[in-house]
Amino acid sequence: MALATAHHEAAHAPAHNHLAINRAGLWLFFFSETILFGLLLSARFYLEGIHREELNQALGLLITVILLLSSVTAYTAETAIEHDNKKVASWYLFFTIVLGLIFAGGVAYEWSIAHFHRSESFGSIFFTMTGIHATHVITGVFMLILVWAQALRGRYSSKNPWAVSAVVMYWHFVDVVWVFYYPALYLTK
Amino acid sequence: MYAVKSVAGAMGLGLIGFYLGLGIVAVLRWLFGYPDPWGGEINIIGGWVLGVFLWLMGIGMWGMWGREWFGLKTYQRNLPGWQRYFTFNTDHKVIGIQYLVTFMVVFFLAGALAMLMRAELAQSGNQFLSNSQYNGTMGLHGILMVAVAVAAVIGGIGNYAVPLMIGAQDMAFPRLNALTFWLVPPVAVGLLATPFLGGIEHGWTAYPPLSVFTNSSQVLFSLSIITFGLTSILGALNFIVTIIYMRAPGLTWGRLPIFVWSMFATSWIALLYTQGFAAALLLILLDRLGFSFFEASTGGDPLLYQHVFWFYSHPAVYIMVLPGFGLALEIIAHFSRKPLFAYKYAVAAFLGILGLSGVVWAHHMFTSGMPNYLHGPFLVATELISIPTGLIFLSALGTIWLGRLWLKPPMLFALAVIFNFACGGVTGIFLADVPTDIHLQDTYFVVAHFHYTIVGGEIFALFAAIYYYFPKMTGRMYSERLAKLHFWWMFIGFNATFFLMHLPGIKGMNRRIADFQSELDPLNLTISLAAFLLGASFLVFIWNMVYSWVRGPVAEANPWQVRTLEWQTTSPPPHENFPAPPVVRGGPYDYGVPGSIHATFPSAPSAGFAGAPAGGGQ
Repeated sequence: MALATAHHEAAHAPAHNHLAINRAGLWLFFFSETILFGLLLSARFYLEGIHREELNQALGLLITVILLLSSVTAYTAETAIEHDNKKVASWYLFFTIVLGLIFAGGVAYEWSIAHFHRSESFGSIFFTMTGIHATHVITGVFMLILVWAQALRGRYSSKNPWAVSAVVMYWHFVDVVWVFYYPALYLTK
Repeated sequence: MYAVKSVAGAMGLGLIGFYLGLGIVAVLRWLFGYPDPWGGEINIIGGWVLGVFLWLMGIGMWGMWGREWFGLKTYQRNLPGWQRYFTFNTDHKVIGIQYLVTFMVVFFLAGALAMLMRAELAQSGNQFLSNSQYNGTMGLHGILMVAVAVAAVIGGIGNYAVPLMIGAQDMAFPRLNALTFWLVPPVAVGLLATPFLGGIEHGWTAYPPLSVFTNSSQVLFSLSIITFGLTSILGALNFIVTIIYMRAPGLTWGRLPIFVWSMFATSWIALLYTQGFAAALLLILLDRLGFSFFEASTGGDPLLYQHVFWFYSHPAVYIMVLPGFGLALEIIAHFSRKPLFAYKYAVAAFLGILGLSGVVWAHHMFTSGMPNYLHGPFLVATELISIPTGLIFLSALGTIWLGRLWLKPPMLFALAVIFNFACGGVTGIFLADVPTDIHLQDTYFVVAHFHYTIVGGEIFALFAAIYYYFPKMTGRMYSERLAKLHFWWMFIGFNATFFLMHLPGIKGMNRRIADFQSELDPLNLTISLAAFLLGASFLVFIWNMVYSWVRGPVAEANPWQVRTLEWQTTSPPPHENFPAPPVVRGGPYDYGVPGSIHATFPSAPSAGFAGAPAGGGQ
């Protein structure tokens, strides 16, 4: 039995390695997702060149600013957890959720006022790119809500920050994707 | 019988989820004011997503994983005996065997479909399949075999052997590993259900416009393959992290067994490119729902599909064949009782193929009508691949050279890999060169070529690995006589079938078509007979495996007297893999090098097999 326990400790990666392993896994997931988003971005230029239809520029700029802001609030939540500032972390997770929902609502509104249809090739591209991105945002909001609910109960601390930093890293990733998608969809021509 | 209850319950939950998903989409459509709440295919998509999710939760993901999301305590059921294989088990050895058995069953199913096709093709004209039934048979054979080729070696042998070879207790993400396996049953159900919706008419490549206008089985096809892609990506991610972080102390990159290196390169390819297939099929699904990516009349372009599709599906052939090469080199080194020749060049070859795999895809599209200026670059890039491939041959042949070959069944299969892939490589040159490819495109020459590379290169390696690891996995030994009979039978049947298949190809017989010119009748009859010979060889294999697993003599811990770590533990290994953590002291292949040691188990209590220096070279 003593042998079994000794082995148990050694063969499971050492504790300090766990965070590195989790981080590596998450980064690899981002690499893979980058290819998906990159393929759709390439498809946009392959089919349409730099042509685009008229879009609501004010709305586009607004939701972009909101998404960028949500990355700041997410970052604040992550830092707060690392400093064991649990109350601040919960609030900023909440702000991030709200900003994420506003962004998704903005995309939905943009869809409802778009004057092109999905059966035109720009429409296909526009709805697919924003749709896949918004799906990632909504997924992120779901995960943020789960993490927020746990954070309210004080489950995370500087010793146990992984769930918060993982969801925040994911949120930054989705944000960076939009940094490429926004100019490709709204600012060409 | 907890396992039976758990699987039945999960299936029930999956079905409930499927119908719930159908309903939810219908309600949403009604809320958004669509005239027809029952949209058909869009409802199936909703049903699939919810059905797969609830199936996973039901099979055990909820208890082991999902509860954690809500801050609840997770629990794990460790069942004894065969019941392990029917639950959400995180042991990499269990998952490896789950993958292997599942995909062997799929392999024989898809092989039976091939027999059906050859029976139809034994004579010109339609015998007993209608044209669309033939297309469905061919499409299902193709996609099932692609699934086998992608997952049997990586999911089965890779999952089983890699953690053992690197001296780890398990994979880096054990729960993720179990998740990837349990995504497979819905995929199998989805693909096997396609004949009931009319059959896959478009082959495994699903080119538009046919795939946009064909029957609804296409939706199941797309959803299954997107789900399967998820399996592939998550598995690849797991392998990369495992190989980077979980190696035993002293197991440096330069001492890594070559199979682990091949799995490392393969996993990067799977991780980065699989999204292409998923994206391509997603766009097909969207086009079926009224989008216009591939509809030329509204500004779409069918060639876009081919680019996105081959962006994955060419690298996919390296996903299939690199682990095969790794296994062949591994087995050749052990059974030649020599250090692996040009180890560093072989590693460079794997990484070189990884580097080149993403820039050669359009050689599948020379006749597609893509711009002519793309022909040259893709021709050159494709032929460049033969350089790293040649290095692998260099390593294999250099190892065999002056070695003391031990012609056990695994070694026979590994040597056949080298022979077969050389044939496949030579015919590949004709397909990479634009002028010859324009003549040979879409003929049986192509069929013969890729069966030589994938079946000859990978499936033979899969059988080599099964014969190599069978004693380790089951703790029992198979009949060597029957194994050798299987080898020669399969080798001759395979080469007869696919060598002859080049000939109608050169004469212009098109693949994917149920009928052909009657002048080719004698040739096709011969090919069909050879194919039945090949198919029958597997009966020997099945009998040998099933009988030996139940009744075979008990195997030793290290029947091949091999030095690598997986053989330095009991057969089958305990749950924690090793009785004590191994420490690696030298390379894995230094047979005959005086004083060389691969690994020791410093904290093992007795000087039994575990405490002794692992694997002295004979």
